[in-house]
Amino acid sequence: MEYADIAERVGEARAAGAPLSIRGGGSKEFIGRTPQGEAFDVSSCRGIVDYDPSELVISARCGTPLTELEALLAEHGQMLPFEAPVYAPDATIGGAVAAGLSGPRRPWTGSLRDFVLGAVCVDGRGELLRFGGRVMKNVAGYDLSRVMVGALGTLGVITEVSFKVLPAPRVERTRVFEFDEARAIEFLASAGVTPVPLSASCHLDGELYVRLSGSESGVRAGEEVLGGERVEQDDDLWRSLRNQTHPFFAGKLPTWRLSVPPAAPPLGLSGACLTEWGGALRWIRGDHDWEALQATLSTVGGTSTLFRNGDRGGEVFPAPDAVTRRLYTRLKESFDPDRILNPGRLYGDL
Amino acid sequence: MATFAPDTRIRSALAPGAIVDRLIPVVGEDHVLHRPEQLAPYECDGLSAYRSVPLAVVLPGSVEEVCEVMRVCSENGVPVVARGAGTGLSGGALPYEHGILLVLSRFNRILSIDPDNRLAVVQPGVRNLAISEAVSNLGLYYAPDPSSQIACSIGGNVAENAGGVHCLKYGLTVHNILALKVVTVDGELIEVGGPRLDSPGYDLLALMTGSEGLLGVVVEVTVRLLPKPASARALLASFDDVESAGRAVADIISAGVLPAGLEMMDNPSIRATEDFVHAGYPVDAAAILICELDGTAEEVDDQIVQVRDVLAKAGAAQVRLSNDEAERIRFWSGRKNAFPAVGRISPDYYCIDGTIPRRALGSILSEISRLSEEYGLAVANVFHAGDGNLHPLILYDANKPGEFERTETLGGRILEACVAAGGTITGEHGVGVEKINQMCVLFGDAELEQFHRVKAAFDPEGLLNPGKAVPTLARCAEFNAMHVHGGQVPFPDIERF
Repeated sequence: MEYADIAERVGEARAAGAPLSIRGGGSKEFIGRTPQGEAFDVSSCRGIVDYDPSELVISARCGTPLTELEALLAEHGQMLPFEAPVYAPDATIGGAVAAGLSGPRRPWTGSLRDFVLGAVCVDGRGELLRFGGRVMKNVAGYDLSRVMVGALGTLGVITEVSFKVLPAPRVERTRVFEFDEARAIEFLASAGVTPVPLSASCHLDGELYVRLSGSESGVRAGEEVLGGERVEQDDDLWRSLRNQTHPFFAGKLPTWRLSVPPAAPPLGLSGACLTEWGGALRWIRGDHDWEALQATLSTVGGTSTLFRNGDRGGEVFPAPDAVTRRLYTRLKESFDPDRILNPGRLYGDL
Repeated sequence: MATFAPDTRIRSALAPGAIVDRLIPVVGEDHVLHRPEQLAPYECDGLSAYRSVPLAVVLPGSVEEVCEVMRVCSENGVPVVARGAGTGLSGGALPYEHGILLVLSRFNRILSIDPDNRLAVVQPGVRNLAISEAVSNLGLYYAPDPSSQIACSIGGNVAENAGGVHCLKYGLTVHNILALKVVTVDGELIEVGGPRLDSPGYDLLALMTGSEGLLGVVVEVTVRLLPKPASARALLASFDDVESAGRAVADIISAGVLPAGLEMMDNPSIRATEDFVHAGYPVDAAAILICELDGTAEEVDDQIVQVRDVLAKAGAAQVRLSNDEAERIRFWSGRKNAFPAVGRISPDYYCIDGTIPRRALGSILSEISRLSEEYGLAVANVFHAGDGNLHPLILYDANKPGEFERTETLGGRILEACVAAGGTITGEHGVGVEKINQMCVLFGDAELEQFHRVKAAFDPEGLLNPGKAVPTLARCAEFNAMHVHGGQVPFPDIERF
């Protein structure tokens, strides 16, 4: 599938007034609100477009599986630092960008959005647009490639993305501490102001796991500063957090994703809380009253998303204020005036 | 002096006197400047070749006042150009003669510092360096460090998505801010992002950053703070030819090292800076590289061994390691003073801001040298080599008739060569008025139309910073036609039928 084929299909859908539900590997169908419209599979638009390891840039078509891209980078000792979730082996980079999710390394090296350098996309008029580029620094024009990140395909069909990549750390090791939640948050806050090469954290059920990444000597020095016990076979833990295959995420109960200032104290919500990102990302399960949850979070500067399960026909992201909502609507209409692309996936009225 | 003819024909619906009368009750008489001698200091920003006098300069002192000023202006169709410290190099804060200049210099307070969450909430007029100074005792700093950091304001940094010498490892402004408070053109206040790592909804934080004052007025910024690295050391390597230096840059990256800074200077820049600050640069070298490594002391030691090895293999004539903090700062002093140093050897200089893929370094430097001869103007090159961001400095004399115009044309040609090499026309200075024509080379009509639609989504009447950053399609049609008529047909050596 070529970019022109995608543009043509969107043009036809617009002419027919028939909305499209854009689909890559289909591994993130559960993200956002229930998809509406005719399924439009773009996974056959795939392949690496450009990769020169000494440039620290890789460009690939939307349907390229994340695993394929990451395997190629690993051959050259490089990585996509944001550890986007791979819910199924055929998860694509287009889907990763549309969902905008980042994994355990995010607080220390940056989010998926931070590493997007450029994107090619098809807007709701069927027009092929190129934003950003394949260079590290580029401030020409509005940063519309980053605006695609997390927009759940409501602004354009992403056909190609260029990412900045980084050298992969030579060594990664994990330490474990027996801390309750409050102590873990305090510990991470104080570790966060010291130059220790942290690269992941997880607190659950009285145990805090911390990953260190870097050179052998740097990691060893970090281990001495932090203390705790070394954990062997730690890859499985971090993979299970990245892909939410950890037993904490099992079952059909609603999963809530809470984004908070990292040092926010324990929120005192019912049930277990799994804390990642040095305290900045907290997961809870079960039925919660949305308004009560949002009220609790707003006291600490946080926000909540109904991440998985629960009522996907209702809103799953908190409502923006009236002025922001108006800007969202106008922004959506600027890209997709007839609401052909993933209508209702992000908010019911977009 | 150059004149800038904005594409738009937006004029205030109010007479100048009436605008002043409407704004005095909002911000007070002392904070509305309208007499010629009061307006003169504001007629340009860091791109002083372009000058224009606004109808009035308004200096609000609170967010409420900004909202009210914007309400008055939008109700009466008065264009507004926001300005911070006015150090920008692309004319982004050049006043609009039919509108007001909204100066945010009174917003100069750091509102809160939160070490546990590693963030600070600051007003837009706070200087970039003042943030790092205020949190230094906590072991923290704010990473983006444009060369103008002693003077430039954080609000302007957001508007331009400013970078600096540490971007390769630590990113630009967009990577180092968490939240903004923005006043819309209608005078409404919105919060974008928050004191956390992500927020649901469209990423207006990314959209606002680098939007050059065309979408809203930033009135508060929440910045991310980082722990100061335990150790930072710099290597200074000299090369007998520029190509080897360029290869060394690629080799360092390929070796899996991510330097905190990786800068290159060519011989004219080396000579100019050595005369000025005596940094100890080898004046006979064709090029020098400064490679800074930071992290834990152990990590830095490992990387020094690795990079020394790479530099030797790449053919470095000499490699020196900073032995202490004073020497590291001395290595950097030349680079950080390169612009004023060049200012000493030439009556005027013009700084270009193109970005290229690093592999094109050798070819772009040859092209710049060829263009330099063609236009009869000397060029000194300083270069954020790590991230491919070139700053050729064109040496000229504004008092010689026609020389500035020739300089501008040469600058435009250099940027177009960057685009041809797969790069872009601005890495960190912004488009402003300066590179508006080169936007026509970089983007097609479809992308430019989308930019205008985004602008209209935020500012339907086009009152915010009119005519900047995004050219109209008509302007591009004219520019592209002139380009051919001027005898500068692309690839003139190709036979045409």
